[in-house]
Amino acid sequence: MTTTSTTGADAPPRPTVRPTRDDRRHRWTRRAPLLPALVFAIVVTQLPFLFTLYLSTQSWNALRPGSREFIGLANYATVLTDGRLRAALLNTVVLTASSVIASVLLGLGLAILLDRKFPGRGIVRTLLITPFLVMPMAAALLWKHAIYNPSYGLINGILGGSTDWVSQYPMVSVVAALVWQWTPFMMLIILAGLQSQSLETLEAARVDGAGPWQTFTRITLPYLRPYLELGALLGSIYLVQTFDAVFTITQGGPGRATTNLPYEIYLTTFRKFEYGEAAAAGVVVVIGTIIVATFALRVISSLFRMEDAR
Amino acid sequence: MTRTASPARRSAGRTGAAWTVLAWLAGLLFFLPVAWMVLTGFKREVDAASNPPSWFFTPVLDGYRQVFDRDITPYLLNSVMASVLSTLLVLVLATPAAYALSIRPVERWRDVLFFFISTKMLPVVAALLPIYLLVQDLGMLDNVWTLIVLYTAMNLPLAVWMMRSFLLEVPAALIEAAAMDGADLLVTIRRILVPIVAPGLAATALICFIFSWNEFFFAVNLTATRAGTSPIFLVGFITSEGLFLARLCAAATIVSLPVVLAGWIAQKQLVRGLSMGAVK
Repeated sequence: MTTTSTTGADAPPRPTVRPTRDDRRHRWTRRAPLLPALVFAIVVTQLPFLFTLYLSTQSWNALRPGSREFIGLANYATVLTDGRLRAALLNTVVLTASSVIASVLLGLGLAILLDRKFPGRGIVRTLLITPFLVMPMAAALLWKHAIYNPSYGLINGILGGSTDWVSQYPMVSVVAALVWQWTPFMMLIILAGLQSQSLETLEAARVDGAGPWQTFTRITLPYLRPYLELGALLGSIYLVQTFDAVFTITQGGPGRATTNLPYEIYLTTFRKFEYGEAAAAGVVVVIGTIIVATFALRVISSLFRMEDAR
Repeated sequence: MTRTASPARRSAGRTGAAWTVLAWLAGLLFFLPVAWMVLTGFKREVDAASNPPSWFFTPVLDGYRQVFDRDITPYLLNSVMASVLSTLLVLVLATPAAYALSIRPVERWRDVLFFFISTKMLPVVAALLPIYLLVQDLGMLDNVWTLIVLYTAMNLPLAVWMMRSFLLEVPAALIEAAAMDGADLLVTIRRILVPIVAPGLAATALICFIFSWNEFFFAVNLTATRAGTSPIFLVGFITSEGLFLARLCAAATIVSLPVVLAGWIAQKQLVRGLSMGAVK
């Protein structure tokens, strides 16, 4: 029992001598609490992907029973050569990047507004976080029918005119609804960052004659960087999978103007019933995700070291 | 030095007042769509579809009455069951795992931690087809338990990360002292870990509940009338003919209410939970 480490320190002690039977049992008692969660995660999240790999080699349309056969990589050729997947990829990038960037910037602005005492600060904060708490499906329906509707929507009601926002500016309509929901999330994370900043540093900068703008760009912004990164990263993880808003507000249209990858694969699976193609598209998306996620994990890893160093 | 005494943050004079007004305007602007949703829910359908929008009207409960006439209750119950049970299951799985990744870490705990978070990055849509076929094969389509299992997997990485961050806050000396006094593991857990970690457990449960309650993608593809959850009920309200805005808003208000209230009450835990424990 003497070597038992009870801290979360960086390197757990490793046995330097050859493991005896006792050591081995010891290690398994350590692992035991982890195993149920690990096994569950592997079974539910990893095994389906193996099945996807297999399905991607099949020619299988569920509307034509008995049509199923092995066709090797032909589905990949189909998926990669017709432009739909590429268009969906481009839409996904535009949709994710613009929503994340806009909500981080707005969130930063709001966090700065809230990082000072003023009458009713708690109420304003509560008002601001509410959009994030509204059910995404309810929010999407609300924006589509109560806000964008050309004849009785709120925007035209206030501004006048009869613009059909969703069909004229489809991508902007989807992004605006998402930004409305995700700005509070960014604000909360950035605000936590602002409030953890040491007042002495700010005071010192002021004494040294730095103006508010200088203090902000030279001291506060660099300090906030990990918080901004964290917000952007977590936001991207969720927003890249956007489905509810596209499904509801534009149905991927007009044409394919707002069809992102999740919606495209959903259409292939449950509207065209091209199971083989859908699986191949899924595999391609997973490979793309792994490439992007490798970078993302590096960011998390650096944030993580920062947390350890504290 | 307290925050208010700091000259850097003191809001003084006219600029201070201007910033305050700006903050209030921003808050009201962001809240406006929600307020509009709640207001519209209390209108008659003709008022809801009026042009220009009516701000003053006699509130009626027609919308709400229709929502309950169309039988929202089973959908709400399905949502409650899927969210509560999956949250419990997540906590049961994640807490011991977090323990094995923080207080008594297994070797290569860092890799395990990153494995969990990487499952969150894989696109759900790529797993939909195999899951659908498997669930169909097992005869589990339109069954709440299917959602419970999937929501558990969806929230597990989040919960493991959060619980780990809370467990790391337990002072190592305290656990050592307990071990020295001859307390066995169960006693240590009950007397030392649980009291310290209880708020963290609550924060984790809140986040998992929110994400399960709001989930739509699996629900729409794997359930129909029997196991449908509240977002499925909402979608069913859209009709191509006739006016539906008031009752849609009433329904949207009802299904959003549990999470909005929980989030308002637990604002502080929300921040830490959403950042997976990284922001304290």
